[in-house]
Amino acid sequence: MILDSKLPEGPLAEKWDKHKFDVKLVNPANKRKYDIIVVGTGLAGASAAASFGELGYNVKAFCFQDSPRRAHSIAAQGGINAAKNYQNDGDSVFRLFYDTIKGGDYRAREANVYRLAQVSVNIIDQCVAQGVPFAREYGGLLANRSFGGAQVSRTFYARGQTGQQLLLGAYSALNRQIAYGKVKMYPRTEMLDLVLVDGKARGIVVRNLITGKIESHSAHAVVLATGGYGNVFYLSTNAMGSNATAAWRAHKKGALFANPCFTQIHPTCIPVSGDYQSKLTLMSESLRNDGRVWVPKTVEIAERLRRGEITVNDIAEADRDYYLERKYPAFGNLVPRDVASRNAKLVCDEGRGVGASGLAVYLDFADAIKRDGQAAIAAKYGNLFEMYAKITDENPYERPMRIYPAVHYTMGGLWVDYNLMTNVPGLYAAGEANFSDHGANRLGASALMQGLADGYFVLPYTIGDYLAKTPYDKVPVDHPAFKEAEQNVISVNNKLLSINGNRTVDDFHKALGQIMWEYCGMARNAEGLQFAKQEIRKLRDEFWRDVKVVGVNEELNITLEKANRVADFLELGELMVDDALNRNESCGGHFREEYQTPENEALRDDENYAYVAAWEFTGVGNEPRLHKEDLKFENVKLTQRSYK
Amino acid sequence: MAGSNPNAKPMDLTLKVWRQKDKNATGQMVTYPIKGISPDMSFLEMLDVLNEDLLRKGEDPVAFDHDCREGICGMCSLFINGRPHGPERGTTTCQLHMRHFKDGDTITIEPWRAAAFPVHKDLVVDRSAFDRIQQAGGYVSVNTGGVPDANAIPIPKSIADKAFDAATCIGCGACVAACKNASAMLFVSAKVSQLAMLPQGKTERKTRVENMVAQMDIEGFGACTNTGACAAECPVGISLENINMLRSEFIYAKATSENM
Ligand SMILES: Cc1cc2nc3c(=O)[nH]c(=O)nc-3n(C[C@H](O)[C@H](O)[C@H](O)COP(=O)(O)OP(=O)(O)OC[C@H]3O[C@@H](n4cnc5c(N)ncnc54)[C@H](O)[C@@H]3O)c2cc1C
Ligand code: SF4
Ligand code: FES
Repeated sequence: MILDSKLPEGPLAEKWDKHKFDVKLVNPANKRKYDIIVVGTGLAGASAAASFGELGYNVKAFCFQDSPRRAHSIAAQGGINAAKNYQNDGDSVFRLFYDTIKGGDYRAREANVYRLAQVSVNIIDQCVAQGVPFAREYGGLLANRSFGGAQVSRTFYARGQTGQQLLLGAYSALNRQIAYGKVKMYPRTEMLDLVLVDGKARGIVVRNLITGKIESHSAHAVVLATGGYGNVFYLSTNAMGSNATAAWRAHKKGALFANPCFTQIHPTCIPVSGDYQSKLTLMSESLRNDGRVWVPKTVEIAERLRRGEITVNDIAEADRDYYLERKYPAFGNLVPRDVASRNAKLVCDEGRGVGASGLAVYLDFADAIKRDGQAAIAAKYGNLFEMYAKITDENPYERPMRIYPAVHYTMGGLWVDYNLMTNVPGLYAAGEANFSDHGANRLGASALMQGLADGYFVLPYTIGDYLAKTPYDKVPVDHPAFKEAEQNVISVNNKLLSINGNRTVDDFHKALGQIMWEYCGMARNAEGLQFAKQEIRKLRDEFWRDVKVVGVNEELNITLEKANRVADFLELGELMVDDALNRNESCGGHFREEYQTPENEALRDDENYAYVAAWEFTGVGNEPRLHKEDLKFENVKLTQRSYK
Repeated sequence: MAGSNPNAKPMDLTLKVWRQKDKNATGQMVTYPIKGISPDMSFLEMLDVLNEDLLRKGEDPVAFDHDCREGICGMCSLFINGRPHGPERGTTTCQLHMRHFKDGDTITIEPWRAAAFPVHKDLVVDRSAFDRIQQAGGYVSVNTGGVPDANAIPIPKSIADKAFDAATCIGCGACVAACKNASAMLFVSAKVSQLAMLPQGKTERKTRVENMVAQMDIEGFGACTNTGACAAECPVGISLENINMLRSEFIYAKATSENM
């Protein structure tokens, strides 16, 4: 198989315009002859479905929550980037492109990232037109902030609830198309298989989560906008239902999975408090603009603190190590996420962590409060401080927050070409579900941008190019390919329901999460990864022998839902490990302990690993087949990222 | 692993939970004793513990809606000890922590009760009526592309902030559950006011309020009698001012709209 990324010819800045001109168009009167399935109605899916509907296609959209308004996108806090340069501080499309490529540690495609930066400006216009209430200055114009270490203020935000406001904007556009009858919405419906006819994606098989009914839907093209797979780690900042099932089952039907080991660990999350912990809560990165990160200078002080012999306020200034400011004087507390996370792990591994578990560092606002006053800090971060207090029962105005890194985002995903089409004709992937734009590390406020870019401004063009070459004929859902996929779904469900073993689904999920976090988390090494591979295989075998799923298929069955998702995580986890083992370098969120500089920074190997690793499924338990897409850099010079 | 408060003692509780097999079944309260609950747990983590216990015994776990567990998606519900989202003001069920209960407590847990929110199973209700109300007019009619530059229309900060406040409704339905008439006025008014305040929403303000209110009536929500129970229980503090605004929008629309 030859991976063709279909990058347009020509200079970087002209590629997208040229491509938009070159793609085939579907005559407006013919659009209603085409059906498109959109699975997932978060930012990427809702924006795509609404835009397709506006263009005149017939759309069916699916989500597993009770309403599209509840997709995981709703939880995004900090903001969305756009190269508007409203602040006149030197931003430009090229600078956003450059920052994103560099931030991703040179493991993304130049052309995709440049397009993302280009359309970023249109996203803000679109959202404002929908009535999204972004933060504004007193003069009535839009406010911006600098976010995630960017040297310019290009982040648009709506207090700490940017994802909510953007999603409600996309949801309103979707609702309008539902009201017009152009989009038919299927909430509480989960995709469990992809259907191929003559090698092309022609539909999906779903389960109605209320009645259990297994049903097929046919279309001319299928878009997966089903989010990320961070929950493979069990604990993450993702919503409880976030899962990999749609993408994984498409992978098993032939779609390549790219860079699965590229996961982002976010540095500022509330630490784990007990075994019952079900998820981790993110404290927005914006806090690092004013909070100072530190741990005690010595292990001895940290130990006394953990034993409760002293409290944080007893630690003298001279005994505090503001390690990010010390090691990275230029960026200080604002170093990128991967760097901040890794350093938190380093100091905790040294035994200098705080909190009862020793797996936490401080994020201290005392200086900021002294400088700006409590009211000013409350105005900026009030809701976050409140959330922290609610969860931990501690007052962050009086004592520093305790934070620790947590799994947050997955850069890997289904391989797509420049058109966002997977290697399966007619199957597209958008938003966090694809691997496209963030390389080995995503910058803050860039996921919202990418999701909406894909849905509003890329797919509406590129899907037309494919459909224009596709005959109008529909495939009936009694076609053997649909019946076979339905049978397959039914037999997996029956298998899960019949095992009647001793261990619960959550039990398996937690065990998998521990393996992944320990060996394929913030730092990895070959030996650990090899061990993890064996452990995952053992766990997976045990799952299929000993899992306990109660009830029947024909009902609202929360255990069966979870069992399907965990079954897929147990396969995906192994692929992540394979990918991490294959990549003998460190880059972005992928840190192989064997490959680091003397200062413990990630050591890339551009000569051998400047490629996208796209994996082909060859059967459960078989070794996956690697396909490489070489990355060419013509507009940026590859350097070691330095934040010193 | 110890929690943030190592002195916190585990609690033993009695749960009375609404169990209902499906839409057509008659439900009943079922009592479950539960032991060793850490005060640092969230309410839903406590229910996770219950469900793991039930599963191990081969019993059907309690179905409840949830997703983000951060107080933003609006998916969680639960009528806890007679109050939507439980005893803490300004808190969703998923953000409620067990430290607000004490050892030996009996806690009753029921679904939202409203004719327009039929029960699917146990504590899971059907809130699709809310989506249909939004589909009736909760949007600005703009297509993708071809819109003016975002800074072309300055909006005074005070208005933008007020519109934001209204826009933070998470669509949970607690207002309906809190209201003796099961009225959806607070929910509907939040969207109507957000868009009525902003220049982008002004063009369609008359038809919007009429269509959304009409849909609300079709869905079978009750009438608003101004008791304010909704705003008192709203986890994100949507204010009653929005209902006033909806009323004046509605009167204005009735007086002048071409939809009359
Ligand atoms: C706490 C938090 C804060 C964040 N803050 C920011 C931020 O400030 N800025 C930023 O840029 N990014 C942020 N991110 C990242 C960003 O929110 C996500 O990457 C992005 O929203 C993903 O959008 P999406 O549309 O791809 O997927 P999602 O929003 O996850 O939507 C997935 C959709 O797929 C559906 N689905 C999934 N599987 C199936 C299936 N099998 N069948 C049917 N439907 C299915 C779901 O129902 C849902 O509708 C944050 C993430 C988290 C966790
Ligand atoms: S108004 Fe408040 S209580 Fe009602 S749905 Fe919105 S957030 Fe929930
Ligand atoms: S689970 Fe999302 S608001 Fe409670």
